[in-house]
Amino acid sequence: MKPAKNSVNRRSFLKASALAGGGLLLNFSWLAKAQAADKAEILNLPPQWTEINGYIQITPDNVVKLICPNPEFGQNVMTSLPMIVAEELDVDWKNIVVEMGPHDNVKLGPQFSGGSQSVRMYWKPLREAGAAARQMLRQAAAETWGVPVDEVTTKAGVLQHSGGKSAKYGDMASKAATLAVPKGMTLKAPKDFAIVRQSKRNVEGQKIVTGQPLFGLDYRADGMLIAMIQHPPAFGMKLKSFDASQALKMPGIRDVFSLKLYEDGFEQGGFDTRTFNELLVVVGKTTWEVMNARKKLKVDWEPTGDTKDTLMGRGSKREVVVPGGLESTSSQLEKMAEWAKKPAQVLRKDGDPETAFSNAAQVIERTYTAPFLAHNCMEPMNFFAHVTDEKALLAGPLQAPGWAEPALTKILNLPADKIEIQMTRMGGGFGRRAYTHYMTEAALISKKVKAPIKLIYTREDDMTYGIYRPMYTATYRAALDANKNLIAFHVKGGGIPEHPIHANRFPAGAVDNYLAEGWEIPSNITIGAFRAPRSNFNAAAEQSFLDEVAEAMGKDPIKLRLDLLKRAKENPVGKNNEYDPDRYAGVLKLVRDKSNWNRAGVATPGNEKYSRGVAAYFCHNSYAAHVVDMVTRDGQPYVERVFSAMDCGIVVNPDAATNMVQGAVVDGIGNALYGALTHKNGAAEQSNFNNYRLIRHNEAPKQIEVHFVENDIDPTGLGEPPFPPVFGAVANALYKSTGKRFYRQPFAEQLIKL
Amino acid sequence: MLWVLRDHLNLAGTKYGCGIAQCGACTIHLDGTAVRSCQLPVSAVGNMPVTTIEGLSPKGDHPVQKAWLEHDVAQCGYCQAGQIMSAASLLKTNPNPADADIEAAMSGNICRCGTYVRIREAIRSAAGTMARVEPQTPNKTTPKR
Repeated sequence: MKPAKNSVNRRSFLKASALAGGGLLLNFSWLAKAQAADKAEILNLPPQWTEINGYIQITPDNVVKLICPNPEFGQNVMTSLPMIVAEELDVDWKNIVVEMGPHDNVKLGPQFSGGSQSVRMYWKPLREAGAAARQMLRQAAAETWGVPVDEVTTKAGVLQHSGGKSAKYGDMASKAATLAVPKGMTLKAPKDFAIVRQSKRNVEGQKIVTGQPLFGLDYRADGMLIAMIQHPPAFGMKLKSFDASQALKMPGIRDVFSLKLYEDGFEQGGFDTRTFNELLVVVGKTTWEVMNARKKLKVDWEPTGDTKDTLMGRGSKREVVVPGGLESTSSQLEKMAEWAKKPAQVLRKDGDPETAFSNAAQVIERTYTAPFLAHNCMEPMNFFAHVTDEKALLAGPLQAPGWAEPALTKILNLPADKIEIQMTRMGGGFGRRAYTHYMTEAALISKKVKAPIKLIYTREDDMTYGIYRPMYTATYRAALDANKNLIAFHVKGGGIPEHPIHANRFPAGAVDNYLAEGWEIPSNITIGAFRAPRSNFNAAAEQSFLDEVAEAMGKDPIKLRLDLLKRAKENPVGKNNEYDPDRYAGVLKLVRDKSNWNRAGVATPGNEKYSRGVAAYFCHNSYAAHVVDMVTRDGQPYVERVFSAMDCGIVVNPDAATNMVQGAVVDGIGNALYGALTHKNGAAEQSNFNNYRLIRHNEAPKQIEVHFVENDIDPTGLGEPPFPPVFGAVANALYKSTGKRFYRQPFAEQLIKL
Repeated sequence: MLWVLRDHLNLAGTKYGCGIAQCGACTIHLDGTAVRSCQLPVSAVGNMPVTTIEGLSPKGDHPVQKAWLEHDVAQCGYCQAGQIMSAASLLKTNPNPADADIEAAMSGNICRCGTYVRIREAIRSAAGTMARVEPQTPNKTTPKR
């Protein structure tokens, strides 16, 4: 290990920022300080960093910089991940500087924000990095002072010896960096945590509230041009011909050309999803000029017909036919109803469900549907690219640089070490920015025009391009015996183009006779991750179905779930049950207590005015339960108040985690009530926030109370888990409020007709 | 106006969200009042002072900005400049807003991360602070035209 080159100077744009009056690049700020620091302070940071390991750098005058490996999309990893390092390193959080790391999977690990993975995936490596660095600093001090290392202690960034000697980390950093990295470190016991479990404010908070450039859309470089893309107006259409003569005459326009994303037979990785392969590009000086020139394009489009994708996965290659045709929501719904009747793939079967259903005293059967959803990140897709024959610099919002790189190396014909990817703060992600076609497009445009460019999607481009949460449906059946015991459970789910079923989740394992089936309809509408896409549909359908089953059984809905979980714990049915019944029951009990849940169907004191709905769900190794309290205002039901209970193991940054759960609750209410992306003849029918309804301030709850189960389990997911059960809780509260069950999302469309 | 601020004046704090005055990410103050800069023709500005998030306070210490930090409102942060500008405009004319006033003033600003509960709390905090302290005069910048 050797002192690293000054990482600040490593990057061209930051080199400029270190020079006085460095022009346009000056104010793009990558460093953040744990405590509010003004810009001058940040730019005056010392130039010489000693790298102890990939995550930690220290200057001679004792400034400790922690490198955040994962991209930030609002889940607050730029604060929570460095907190984990700081805990074991034993430094004063107030003196910490945080920097978003470069793309370097060797030094910084997987660098993937998504799947509620960041904290759980980095928990151990970051603790070990902090502990190893602390040990190396102690070793350096011991050698310098000529004392045994176990007599050197640390306290908030200061090394101490019982003999009276003391030194700051900065004094020992350069020596420490030359030492061998220790292995098998003992990590702190949770009871000794001094930073983890303490709420720390967002390290970029000050920059956010003062409007400093942080996001991809804010990125600038000298000589940068602006590019926009005209994509086909409908899924199933492609470019036929275009006339750019008028557009090229518009002020500021540099070039108009068509662009092919992938050549035939291009081997796509899992996140190289292709929506439109041939695109029309307009490049010019400024955003406004390019926007205006686009209006002058004359373009003819034609049907794609069936196309082929070559998909790579787990070492194998397969050819997939993407069907042509222009789909409409009405025909999609008809097709789903038809496919739902066909035999499907059996995903799990316990006992003898067929016999149980035929012997049942009562069978409850309900079908649920949900539309495609658009992510609608507030910052539309965009990316900066500067590609030359020798190298490429790319900067912008993305969730997983390591997933984007293989496609770039092939398309640009450059080795990976000549492709530098910078991760800007993302104005939302929700899964959308794991699919980086927009980055590839930017790289190809820059290569073509031989200039640095920033590709910008308008809101309309963003909303009508995919990559949506799939359209889903599921039919649930429950069999009750004469004593109203649940004797069989059946779910058959399908979707366009994937089914939503998690066959080994609750109530699998809790019912003797169980059947889960799935079917899928191929489509040319591109889909992908969306804050747990399958789970957020399942939790809507299954949790609302269980509410109805509980009612038919004459049981309290929480009691029904707890009884089933007791069964799953004491005498589990089948194998591979994914969830831990105790933890699942834990969040239900916690939310029951904190919300003062109605007992025996009678409102508890203070809760008389609320229509209450409950739901719970397990995903991403975490457990969430919500009680949603509705009131009626102006004849419309609104969620007034929500109680949430979470079990995600150790909570690194409690206030930020609370914010995340509150946000998931609002997001869930909004999507359950209003979210829908529909199609007519292949074209998205929604294109902006005037016709795609997002939840607004006046529609959000006034109060969201979040409670975490306290335990010492290593952290599990948090970004996604609180989101899915909100849908079910809203549906169940709506039933209490209106007397009607809601089976079709978005629910608000049916409220208008009430 | 939005693209003049962003592309020509290099003031990127004012955000592009929808371009049709539906999301509020581009909110600025025109003569002290919140407006959506994406729908504001530059020719309509005249001699009126324009304030963007960068100029709301000299040191980023406007009571609304401080309240936003105190409540750690932001998640992704993209919409928050617009939210802050709407809130500052509200509190300037209505230092003690009722819930309904907050809803009326803030429902044009979408937060996709769903931080509305904290936005409401921060506005209440800022209102309390501003009631105790003399309001600051915002730093005004008039763009070159």
